[in-house]
Amino acid sequence: MAFSPQKKSFAIKDPTISMTTTPSFYETPSPPELVGIKAWLLTHDHKRLGLMYLWAILFWFVIGLTIGLLIRVELMTIGRTIMSAAVYNSAFTLHGVIMIFLFVIPVIPAIFGNFFLPIQLGTDDVFFPRLNLLSWYLYMFGGLLAILSLFTAGGFPDTGWTFYVPFSIGTKHNVPLTVFAAFILGMSSMLTGLNFITTVHRKRSPAMGWMQIPLFTWSLYATAWVQLLATPVISITLLLVIIERFFNIGLFDPDKGGDPILYQHLFWMYSHPAVYVMILPGMGVISEIIPTFSRKAIFGYRAIVFSSMGIAIAGSLVWAHHMFVSGMSDTAVFVFSLLTFLVAIPSAIKVFSWVSTLYKASIEMTPPLLYALVFIYLFSVGGLTGLVLGAAGPDIHVHDTHFVVAHFHFTMFGGTGFAFFAALHYWWPKMFGVMYDFRRAYIAATLATVGFMFHYVPMFILGLKGMPRRSYDFLPQFSQGNGLAAVGGILLFSGIILMLINLMLSFRKNRIIAAANPWGGCTLEWTIPSPPPLHNFTKEPHIKEYPYDFSDIPDSPQKT
Amino acid sequence: MESQHDHTGIRIGMWLFLYTEIILFGGLFVLYAVYFHNYPREFSAGGKELNRLIGSFNTIILLVSSCTVAASITAIRQASKKLCLLLLAASFLCGAIFLVNKYFEWGHKIAHDIYPNSPTLTGGPHGKNIFFGLYYVITGLHGLHVIIGMTLLGLSFLFVFNDKITARSFALLENSGLYWHLVDLIWIFVFPLFYLIL
Repeated sequence: MAFSPQKKSFAIKDPTISMTTTPSFYETPSPPELVGIKAWLLTHDHKRLGLMYLWAILFWFVIGLTIGLLIRVELMTIGRTIMSAAVYNSAFTLHGVIMIFLFVIPVIPAIFGNFFLPIQLGTDDVFFPRLNLLSWYLYMFGGLLAILSLFTAGGFPDTGWTFYVPFSIGTKHNVPLTVFAAFILGMSSMLTGLNFITTVHRKRSPAMGWMQIPLFTWSLYATAWVQLLATPVISITLLLVIIERFFNIGLFDPDKGGDPILYQHLFWMYSHPAVYVMILPGMGVISEIIPTFSRKAIFGYRAIVFSSMGIAIAGSLVWAHHMFVSGMSDTAVFVFSLLTFLVAIPSAIKVFSWVSTLYKASIEMTPPLLYALVFIYLFSVGGLTGLVLGAAGPDIHVHDTHFVVAHFHFTMFGGTGFAFFAALHYWWPKMFGVMYDFRRAYIAATLATVGFMFHYVPMFILGLKGMPRRSYDFLPQFSQGNGLAAVGGILLFSGIILMLINLMLSFRKNRIIAAANPWGGCTLEWTIPSPPPLHNFTKEPHIKEYPYDFSDIPDSPQKT
Repeated sequence: MESQHDHTGIRIGMWLFLYTEIILFGGLFVLYAVYFHNYPREFSAGGKELNRLIGSFNTIILLVSSCTVAASITAIRQASKKLCLLLLAASFLCGAIFLVNKYFEWGHKIAHDIYPNSPTLTGGPHGKNIFFGLYYVITGLHGLHVIIGMTLLGLSFLFVFNDKITARSFALLENSGLYWHLVDLIWIFVFPLFYLIL
């Protein structure tokens, strides 16, 4: 048993928090009469639901990750490497559908939002606990339908996750079932958003004013509005695809008077705001982690709050920048390009606030902080390359190339993905009451980051040189970049698997029990035992005047 | 753990949900707006082919049913269970009459070879195909919402009957009523868009 001294100190129990004998939520089912597996499957407890989401989403994440790796291995060499062109088309569609609808959209709100939003608000549960359970079942049902569509009626679609008409109407693959799965998953995400908004308004501790809400919860609140605003648009769009498949009305078919561009408008009216559904909660996680390990109040609390809402509003008005080459008036291109540049401002405000929080701070390095720092870097690269795509001129050059793929993965994987890893490491001790090994966590983070750079940076260059995305084969001048990307992909994959293994190892027999407040955090979840009791708070929570006031938090055990 | 005493909260949740329903139809109205701009003449001609009499009748039926639903909520608040049941049954009946009318309307059109992908529509002018395509999609989706609304009304009826909905707790009835108003409201927009185009 060779624990590093540093790690041991994080496990020391914080004497300021009375460790009463209150049983944790693992020992107290809700409703109380449920036992065994039913205590999970029929639970109303937001914490149990958060954990049920965690395992389901991790399952899909590993599947999506593996398919992504296989795609890159296929592209390692010219010609066929491991799969046929038809399988390749289904593989990148499957990768996209799983990662978008089953992983990135729900990951942070459904897992950490469910678990921590009520706690950060100083309350005992979300407003509609039963609706919350229904959302989980809708999520599972949607996932099940996606699996079913793999093996029925023509196999998984080969359309790409965007389901663009007319191909999605014409292809023999099983589009309707997959699209219906996405429809169900959209409902699940919408209901979660509805639940969060109502919870923030009605169940917030009476002592907590709007400017006393922690930033993670603020970001979830902004996200929830986007979910409600935008998701119904994708619902109707996907329904229309199904209707077209069955009735052939021709609403998007030029031969029958329809307009395929309209489909793209409807699709992106949802799917662009959806990328803010994906990134905003990640930004919220970073806004919690940076001040905690800087031992310093966050810089620009209000600016971060308003930029979250700003992103939610401005992000809903930029959808047509995905369609600069689809056919649009120059005026429209100009307006959407301008709005796209404007939406970069609130994101930049956040990045500046995080960096300013680190400035002259008493920084304490931990795995969650390392992931958060990597997030800031990768997300900045992703955001800045987004401006290249948002500018109408360069976009025509790099449209539909690997440049887009790299940009998207820098923001969604380097952004939301790494924020998810940061959140896992930050809240793991609170959710499970156990601490993981730091050394392996650092190694995994480094491996994943280095792999990430080797994986996606070559794609920027390939894209600038003109290699199209979603293409099965490539010209000889692209082989060096694709070879590098494959090696990077393998490193990235191993880093993430190592990270997951390390987290799982924290459950083994000689586990390290985590303290109630191992990091010296100051939001409400750190004032209660790890893991939390059923009703979260054993006594009335003390709401701080300012949520990031570290003055009464003892120095972290490490420095004493 | 229970939030059931907070009626305002429950109402907020319901209003948010209704909002998502409006956006759902909003997507279809966007399609309508664009195609109306592209094919104004065909849309106008298509509108004249629809039976305005049945359309107006259905509008009146839905307005009456909205009124009876609202009255049923007032009735339960004043603890007159019988009146509430009667009003709910009347609303349910209105919904059923609406659907029967719709059935005859659709049947009539289908008999004239006007249905999705029918030879008349695919061979005819593009605007006509789009007009009737949208007509079937929008009124079909609206009809589905009428059925959902009737299910909710039926459920409320049962709960009032079993005294699960009382003068003190009537959130389900109130929310079913709100949903029914939404169904009515959407029809108020659908009706002029299809039946009353100049």
